[in-house]
Amino acid sequence: MLTALPLDAAGPVIPNFSAHSSSCAVQNHLFCVDWVKSNWGPVLWPALRQHVLLTLVAVAIGFAISMSLALLAHRHRWAERPTLLFTTFLYTIPSLALFELLVAPIGQNVFAAEIALVSYTLLILFRNILTGLRSVPAEVMEAAEGMGMTPRQALLRVELPLALPAIVAGLRIAVVTIIALATIVYTIYNRGLGVPIHSALGEGPFKTELIAAGGMAILLALFADGLLVATQRLLTPWTRARGT
Amino acid sequence: MQTEDTAHIEGPSAYAQAAELELRDVRKCYPGQREPAISDLSLRVPAGEVCVLVGPSGSGKTTAMRLINRMVALTSGDILLGGRSVLEREPRELRREIGYVIQQIGLFPHQTVAENIATVPHLLGWPKERVAARVEELLRLIGLDPEEMGPRYPAQLSGGQRQRVGVARALAADPPVMLMDEPFGAIDPINRGNLQDEFLGLQAKVRKTVVFVTHDIDEAIKMGDRIAILREGGVLAQYDTPKAILARPADDFVAQFVGADRGIKRLSLTTLADVRLLAPNGQGPNVQRVSARASVKDALSMLLTAHGEPLAVVDGDDRVTGLVTLSHLERLIAEEADGEESPVAVASGSSAADRDGGPPGAP
Repeated sequence: MLTALPLDAAGPVIPNFSAHSSSCAVQNHLFCVDWVKSNWGPVLWPALRQHVLLTLVAVAIGFAISMSLALLAHRHRWAERPTLLFTTFLYTIPSLALFELLVAPIGQNVFAAEIALVSYTLLILFRNILTGLRSVPAEVMEAAEGMGMTPRQALLRVELPLALPAIVAGLRIAVVTIIALATIVYTIYNRGLGVPIHSALGEGPFKTELIAAGGMAILLALFADGLLVATQRLLTPWTRARGT
Repeated sequence: MQTEDTAHIEGPSAYAQAAELELRDVRKCYPGQREPAISDLSLRVPAGEVCVLVGPSGSGKTTAMRLINRMVALTSGDILLGGRSVLEREPRELRREIGYVIQQIGLFPHQTVAENIATVPHLLGWPKERVAARVEELLRLIGLDPEEMGPRYPAQLSGGQRQRVGVARALAADPPVMLMDEPFGAIDPINRGNLQDEFLGLQAKVRKTVVFVTHDIDEAIKMGDRIAILREGGVLAQYDTPKAILARPADDFVAQFVGADRGIKRLSLTTLADVRLLAPNGQGPNVQRVSARASVKDALSMLLTAHGEPLAVVDGDDRVTGLVTLSHLERLIAEEADGEESPVAVASGSSAADRDGGPPGAP
């Protein structure tokens, strides 16, 4: 072991992920703050940013597709069943298998990763958006029609705002799911918090890196969930206005 | 697709007054049903009057109402609003000129009271200040404080308040016609009575042409300047003033529908101020007093428990204007019945809708 190496981490370093500079790290104690400090810049922070980007892109694309499908199924009931069948089918494919299946036609790249992640958001988002749109009371829609709203005006001014709580509920599940799922993207595409988690597991495991990277994935999920809750509270003040 | 502000210039304000409404041989058949829902319905509602459509379930009263704003498509016939066929109008533009109130109200739960009331003015593209002024005016009209109630959400209102806001929302763009589908049907009897009185007060101010649907004949008698009684299949059984319908039901169906107590119901349409009273003759102070605004029915009810004593009728300043006794009321009722009964012998076969109903019966 390279125990003789000076502990001066401030020197010019070519990041060597497997070289644990401190004695704490060398002895693989539960958590070494100095390792995290010295590897934050080169390892953890980039992995976190990649993880956030993977999640955001997947949820955004998944949301756009699900919203279109839900609006279609809302207007035309026949569209619900095939959409549900297809998205449920996607949802049931084991994630590792899906990642590998996509590599053959697409390659080990960002497209394969995002296609896989998106396919796991569809069922959750489609179901929640459709439930939200259908939960709008019939008399509210009758009033909207009777006052001369166009279907588009009724959708934008009445249906979507009233469906918002259900839509946000779907987004919360989707975001937390994708943050967790994105940790195995490393198997086909070398990005995200899965990379340090995987390398930590390969070393015994290396506890500090495992706890740091795994903990960041958990904190990211909690933070994103909290952000969505706060956004919903801001956007739906009427849901808290009960009684006098 | 039309843009949102098509009606910007010739909005509902183009109608300064209520408009006359006329249904001409209106017929509605739903596909797959052999019997029509509405059969050759013709009736004319003069501008500024309340026409109540009443009938048992299956009589098509709600369908008839929804034909007017084209929520339901006509099969044949025509509907004229202010002399112009509704079929010539773009449905959504037409609906913005027709106030619409339904039993479940359908307030938008995610919008404040003020935003709810502003719905149609927004759709018509009114400028902000005009909308705000109109909302405030309407909230005052329905007796709600704009400062306090405007920013509330529907969930923070009582049932009666919600119903009032629903009416205010329908009135927002000053439509020439209002359609009201059992608007007080979901309200408890005491509040319903208050809301009915309030609406009559409101109607006296705004003078809209109103089509009011109910299954409750008592509500119809109270609210209607005219009542159209429909029977199953959407056939018009009788169209006349409440007084005339109670005095001369066109047939057994109408007589049964208005109830065996129609004689008493009629008395509720006349107040003591409308009848000839006995001269006051210095009765003792222990005589029961009754307001001249009370109905003859109420006076009769009081007399029945007054142990043969007369009632002293008092005006707004509590001055005795006259007396009524049981035998005097009996005489009045008999006289009125004689006066009304004679023409029925001539007119009994003809369609009630063709007869000129005369001035609205409610005092």
